[in-house]
Amino acid sequence: MGIEKPEAGPRTLFQKIWDGHLVRPETADTPAVLYVDLHLIHEVTSPQAFTWLRERGLRVRRPERTVATMDHSIPTTPRGTDGKFKILDSQAAAQIGQLETNCREFGIELHALCSEGQGIVHVIGPELGLTRPGMTIVCGDSHTSTHGAFGALAFGIGTSEVSHVLATECLLQSRPKTLAITINGRLRPGVSAKDVILAVIARLGIGGGTGHVIEYRGSAISALSMEERMTVCNMSIEAGARAGMIAPDDVTFQYLADRPRAPHGAAFEQAVAAWRRLPSDPGATFDREEIFDADALEPMITYGTNPGMGMAIGASVPMPENATAAKALAYMGIEGGKPLLGRQIDVVFIGSCTNSRISDLRAAAEVFRGRKVNHGVRAMVVPGSQRVKKQAEAEGLDRIFLESGAEWREAGCSMCIAMNGDQLRPGQYAVSTSNRNFEGRQGAGGRTFLASPVTAAASAITGRITDARQLVR
Amino acid sequence: MEPIRIVESRTVILPIENVDTDQIIPARFLKVTSKNGIGANLFADWRYDAAGQPRPDFVLNRPEAKDARVLVAGDNFGCGSSREHAPWALYDYGFRAIISTSIADIFRSNSLKNGLLPIVVPRDVHARLLAAPGMTVTISLADQTLALADGTATTFPIDRFARYCLMNGQDELDFLLGQGPEIDRFESTHQP
Repeated sequence: MGIEKPEAGPRTLFQKIWDGHLVRPETADTPAVLYVDLHLIHEVTSPQAFTWLRERGLRVRRPERTVATMDHSIPTTPRGTDGKFKILDSQAAAQIGQLETNCREFGIELHALCSEGQGIVHVIGPELGLTRPGMTIVCGDSHTSTHGAFGALAFGIGTSEVSHVLATECLLQSRPKTLAITINGRLRPGVSAKDVILAVIARLGIGGGTGHVIEYRGSAISALSMEERMTVCNMSIEAGARAGMIAPDDVTFQYLADRPRAPHGAAFEQAVAAWRRLPSDPGATFDREEIFDADALEPMITYGTNPGMGMAIGASVPMPENATAAKALAYMGIEGGKPLLGRQIDVVFIGSCTNSRISDLRAAAEVFRGRKVNHGVRAMVVPGSQRVKKQAEAEGLDRIFLESGAEWREAGCSMCIAMNGDQLRPGQYAVSTSNRNFEGRQGAGGRTFLASPVTAAASAITGRITDARQLVR
Repeated sequence: MEPIRIVESRTVILPIENVDTDQIIPARFLKVTSKNGIGANLFADWRYDAAGQPRPDFVLNRPEAKDARVLVAGDNFGCGSSREHAPWALYDYGFRAIISTSIADIFRSNSLKNGLLPIVVPRDVHARLLAAPGMTVTISLADQTLALADGTATTFPIDRFARYCLMNGQDELDFLLGQGPEIDRFESTHQP
């Protein structure tokens, strides 16, 4: 585990993992050399990194610590009768082909299209048991913070850094600051993990966590399931934080038991004993702390063009305070001082690395069950992985979605990033369970309201922005 | 990479806060396997209308923006996605420095690896820059100073090692590759 103390004194979860992965400590002239335990790669941010490796005649230092999948630019439309996907976009096809070639040539495990392990990179890592407490995990994707839910230090990197990790299994890093987000109390019925993180980001602001690693803690965090914790950690980057993490506990260990790639038997017991030493020591200090009262949290929705522009779903849109906020409201076509509830929408997207796991789909299905999607709405449900899809189908969730009039798709990032053809048309409004409401994020000219799976599902039924608690059965 | 010492240029002003990397380069342009020519899609949805015609009101489409190599933007520039395509697009278009009151972590890290200087300045200096679009500025990487044509000067923080690499045209990967024996030693006792 490598979490031995280099110095006396209580340490945070972050500090223990940082200390345990220092190949070379930071000096006055050079950043720390930090070892990477798990490197996840996907088709969009890796091709150039492999090209640079080839140009310099380098190999992948630890192919066994590297795992690839395809998620960003792949189609999620139903497969053909031959069980294969038809990729109409020649650029996307070339990128996918490139990843296959790179993985074959450098000996990297690939969960390719049509394989049972394929899915959104941040869904399959935990699902396979590749993501484990105490690890350092990186990926060329900012939502790598998701894996911090297991008590790992996980963060997104650029393509240059992807090449650094491929070639050396290491990264040059300066030690970030720590931020404790303490959430005590109990969430009220109808308030989900997505609402928690949207409330955190609304308070911190989109840049409020810059330079920090967040540790989420408190009784409301401990009470969350692993999938809910992943939703919380996933959006840490939307407050500007490099990473978000949660101390591992019995909920974590129970999730990992029997995962295909987690240790088994005596090795698992040994690992758990080490993982129990990871949580922040009593008395460990953070550079900063923010405290939230879980009982006071409401279902949340965003109204602007960044995830920090969020509010309680029943609130009125704040009056714009500056030119940037005014530009955001103008883009969204909404006015300050007015509520969002009851506004007509065109599309509902349920999916993404934030909210595409089985518990998200179950929550959405409960709302869809026995109801019809409003005739003016296109509703898409996109499972996070092939395993999630299979599980949902075993539980009959796919039939609930289809009978209500929603689309049931193959696994991938889909309309969260809108680079595979799943996209909004200019001017359309969507309620989405994804993580970004930036201008054009879900398609040029498209306008996004971020919310939880139940808010999205309830809005699909009524065709208007709806508080799911008010949808009477 | 070419060594960088001095950047001297007129500025272009984009006085918007929280410019995210989806605006810098929309995701539909990420389906590339190289970084050549990527500057053509810089700020694509702000630069061009739905028919692909330049929007005359966007700052990069104005004649005075031609050949400017320094972009002055609002707070928290480069937030959002980790796509390195964002600094690639800015660099390929011709920018060599971004000036703001704060710059997002991953974007800053990516920029430093691509010869694009992320310069964070105090609010008063930023206000002067915003008030005088097209002002000539001089950035000295050796001195870590930004000098404005109006005589104002300020220092800026920059990671010491990244600065060394930029000034000497060196690659951070060379340094990491030089750590081979230490990485071997670490791996011999490290268990994940």
